[in-house]
Amino acid sequence: MFKSSEVERRREEAALALESTTEIPLRRDALADRLNRFPWWFVALVVIMITAYVIIFTNPNFTQALSFIIAGLRFTIITALTSYGIALCFGLLAGLGRISGSPFFNNLATLYVEIVRGIPMLVLIFFIAFVGVPAVMGALNAFGNLLLDQGIRLGAPLARLNNQSVSMSVRAIIALAVAYGAFLAEVFRAGIQSIGRGQMEAARSLGMSYAQAMRYVILPQAIRNVLPALGNEFVAMVKDTSLVSVLAVRDITQIARLYAGRTFRFPEAYMTLAVLYLTLTVVLSLFVRLLERRMRTDG
Amino acid sequence: MAERDDYIIVVKDVHKYFHNVQALKGVSLSIKPGKVVVIIGPSGSGKSTLLRCINHLEVPTSGEIWVAGQRLTTNQKQLNRIRTDIGMVFQLFNLFPHLTVLENVTLAQKVVRGRSDAEAREIAMEQLRRVGIPEKANSYPGQLSGGQQQRVAIARALAMNPKIMLFDEPTSALDPEMIKEVLDVMLDLAREGMTMVCVTHEMGFARAAADEVIFMDDGLIVEHSTPQDLFNNPQHERTKLFLSQILQH
Repeated sequence: MFKSSEVERRREEAALALESTTEIPLRRDALADRLNRFPWWFVALVVIMITAYVIIFTNPNFTQALSFIIAGLRFTIITALTSYGIALCFGLLAGLGRISGSPFFNNLATLYVEIVRGIPMLVLIFFIAFVGVPAVMGALNAFGNLLLDQGIRLGAPLARLNNQSVSMSVRAIIALAVAYGAFLAEVFRAGIQSIGRGQMEAARSLGMSYAQAMRYVILPQAIRNVLPALGNEFVAMVKDTSLVSVLAVRDITQIARLYAGRTFRFPEAYMTLAVLYLTLTVVLSLFVRLLERRMRTDG
Repeated sequence: MAERDDYIIVVKDVHKYFHNVQALKGVSLSIKPGKVVVIIGPSGSGKSTLLRCINHLEVPTSGEIWVAGQRLTTNQKQLNRIRTDIGMVFQLFNLFPHLTVLENVTLAQKVVRGRSDAEAREIAMEQLRRVGIPEKANSYPGQLSGGQQQRVAIARALAMNPKIMLFDEPTSALDPEMIKEVLDVMLDLAREGMTMVCVTHEMGFARAAADEVIFMDDGLIVEHSTPQDLFNNPQHERTKLFLSQILQH
């Protein structure tokens, strides 16, 4: 029987031996292999984007389109960030509900996820903006009036609420958050389920409550595991912000449509728009890949 | 109740079903404080299930479990309180891989026992010294050998000052050369008078440390006696068969 230091020494030796055998000099076939595996698509993508930007900045019609459309970039980015932040909260709650042992929360979360997944995003946006929000406003207004009738002055701000109280921009953010909350719920659920049962059992055996075990033991590991997936969902959300242009909010898609409609310069408007989205998503995807790589090397 | 006061663990006619499979078919058992009880038996005999029922990681389908004079219910508050008195060591260690060794040992002390950071650290280091690896305090579990990980798991359980320690095949996942370092820690613990219930295949440990040995088969306790009697003079055919098979090599 070895002492543990002896075991460690042997392990180190074994690791060193392994390292030296993997250092094979680059042979011809190895070089060919590398060339085959080189991400040529990425080079092509960069070339396409540079060409597009050259066109945009050398052709005055394109430059004009860009300077017009770029005014909506702020709205697009703010919408994506805010919706995503809210969607993270919805998603975490619904994800916890999906794995909850409580039939009530489990069913509630599953219902939410299934409803959202069963409705096209565009229809969901129309529904929340023109049915959901007015209905909630109406209910709050009625509740406020009820409070006022009872002589409770706290009801006054509620009674003043009406259909115009919530701007289309806010409705857009709510709609995207509700939709992506359901997608993120599935991401969180998968993340939590990827953590072995033993972790929960160990935490509970130490006297931690379910909530404490989730907070200190399960979620930190689960969230780390799903970080790349969360990043990919953010990229998808940035693209889906284009859908809220149907609410006539001033995002880049809506502004590009306005520009095209006004000037009849359709190629200029939509090529510039496409390049803007591509730039956003390519940069974000690179961050996600970087994150994935770092996590892999961290072990 | 007088009878219950004498025993720190009382298991009374416990049955456990997993869907249609009956894992425990009416098990009763009483353990006095300070005793070391080793449970042996073939796989699927229900020994791990019995151990996991004692701290209600598995809730018995019927029957009673009493720990330190309290009957366990499914009330989560009561369970959390009782579980702080019952340390558990698992076959696969179940250390928290995202935390350092020190954080593994201090986490429950802080969030469950409400100890300050400094106090928890001090107790953690004391326990890590006890299991012989204080120098690994700032390593992550993934950087440790299996034996070291299991010793950290023992320190993590001990840091809660439990009255009882449950061991669920603590050496079964270890390389042969690391089994001894874990058994040594368990032997020390037994000598210090800890109440221990161990499911293990280490017959040497059972002979050296156990006050009582229980042989289980098919969801029932077949034989329950001292290690000398059980190993040298087994009463039941099933026990003889099991012992002859495992002691042959």
